[in-house]
Amino acid sequence: MSDKIQTRRSFITSILTLGAAGLSASIIYPIIKYLTPPKQREVEVSSVSAGKIKDIENDSFKIVRFGNKPVILIRTDKGDFKALSAQCTHLDCTVQYKKSEGVIWCACHNGKYDLNGRNISGPPPRPLDPYMVKIKGEEVFISKKA
Amino acid sequence: MDERLDLTSLSHFIEKKYVPVHAHSIWYYFGGVSLFFFIIQVLTGILLLFYYKGSADLAFESIQFIMSKVAFGWLIRSIHAWAANLFILSVFIHMFSVFFEKAYRRPRELTWVTGVFLFFMTLTFGFSGYLLPWNKLAFFATKVGTDIAGNVPFVGEIMKGFLRGGDDVTGATLSRFFGFHVALFPGIFTILLVIHILMVQRQGMSEPMELEGTPEETKKSMPFFPNFMLRDLLLWLIVLNVLAILAVFFPADLGEKADPFSSAPAGIKPEWYFLFMFQTLKYIPAKIFIMDGELLGIVLFGLAGLLWVVVPFWDIQSSKGLRNKKINYIGLFAVGFIIILTILGWVS
Repeated sequence: MSDKIQTRRSFITSILTLGAAGLSASIIYPIIKYLTPPKQREVEVSSVSAGKIKDIENDSFKIVRFGNKPVILIRTDKGDFKALSAQCTHLDCTVQYKKSEGVIWCACHNGKYDLNGRNISGPPPRPLDPYMVKIKGEEVFISKKA
Repeated sequence: MDERLDLTSLSHFIEKKYVPVHAHSIWYYFGGVSLFFFIIQVLTGILLLFYYKGSADLAFESIQFIMSKVAFGWLIRSIHAWAANLFILSVFIHMFSVFFEKAYRRPRELTWVTGVFLFFMTLTFGFSGYLLPWNKLAFFATKVGTDIAGNVPFVGEIMKGFLRGGDDVTGATLSRFFGFHVALFPGIFTILLVIHILMVQRQGMSEPMELEGTPEETKKSMPFFPNFMLRDLLLWLIVLNVLAILAVFFPADLGEKADPFSSAPAGIKPEWYFLFMFQTLKYIPAKIFIMDGELLGIVLFGLAGLLWVVVPFWDIQSSKGLRNKKINYIGLFAVGFIIILTILGWVS
């Protein structure tokens, strides 16, 4: 008799446990899915205009919007253009061109890159991704490297 | 009333509550001061909510409006900003005083654990609230902070996406941080705080270890009500005055509006309570053997945090009532490390 009660009790316990687990899962799962940001399709950008050549002085830089990402366009003291990802490979801050040292500098943790994007000092672990620069007439265009 | 609510048992409890009096009694007050700052944060936070708008287009402007147009808006915001800093400072002092007094020892292990989680939550309050003005400094601090979360092994990318509400720090991040700051964190914090205070009430104030062997009749104490409570209230009043002076003479700054397509400004620094970690990350080289420096830093800080939470469980000597000098050295090292790196971060 007691064995029978025991079996019945353990059966009911299992059913209740299973029910509680099911109920918890049916509450938690939608919450987790709700909090996970939906993947939004980024507008595929292959090339953007960075402005007119005459507006970008020698030995200066500007941050250009490339889709959702910032790209740094540098005009060297010799007048050449270089374009690189502006996202520091250390912790994602946006870099700038440091005229006085002729390097790309991240103000957040003092990371430095040369003008080819190679990490040369400080904490950045990787180089900056390069972009291509094309001049069409008077205008500077930046595009992704193939 | 008493018949319905049985208030006699409560008054008996208060009458019987005594606070030990000894050379280190001053440290007992910092728990209460921290609680006072939390209350101020809740009250001023509610007031700010009447005008603040949590979207990337309006957040900065709404704070400009609070600061310049709303009557006493500048004062409410300045009190909120200053109280946030003093709250964290007070929690730091409270936590380290408990650590050096070894008040976490048996039977108060769980009180310590809840306390450390409350400390972590005060930092997350600071971090989430910092973004809400949507200014340049806040924007980059959040970029760095969430990117650090992204470097946590295995779950980092999921965490980063969850915190940012997408791949980058955008208006979606601001909405999330707003939700965390004004709803989720206060809820969790209040639950933890209630548990923490209930534990302190059930176990009573911890006495210094050197008093443990002395006979009860030679120990000094004072009634909690009214003696200790009045002292507490007096200190709260002093703290309120200090807060008012700081808020009036050094009102909170707003800075420049965040621009996701501008460079991080030179001299960018996080709030003082994150400076020691910020400075450490600056010193760690890009690669250490095969490991990324930033990953190593994050793993080390994570491990240190974990060890800090479970101090009562590895300092068995103190729980047995034995002196453990190693704990003092560890504590001194932690305090020294935090102070030195903070100063270095401040002056660099």
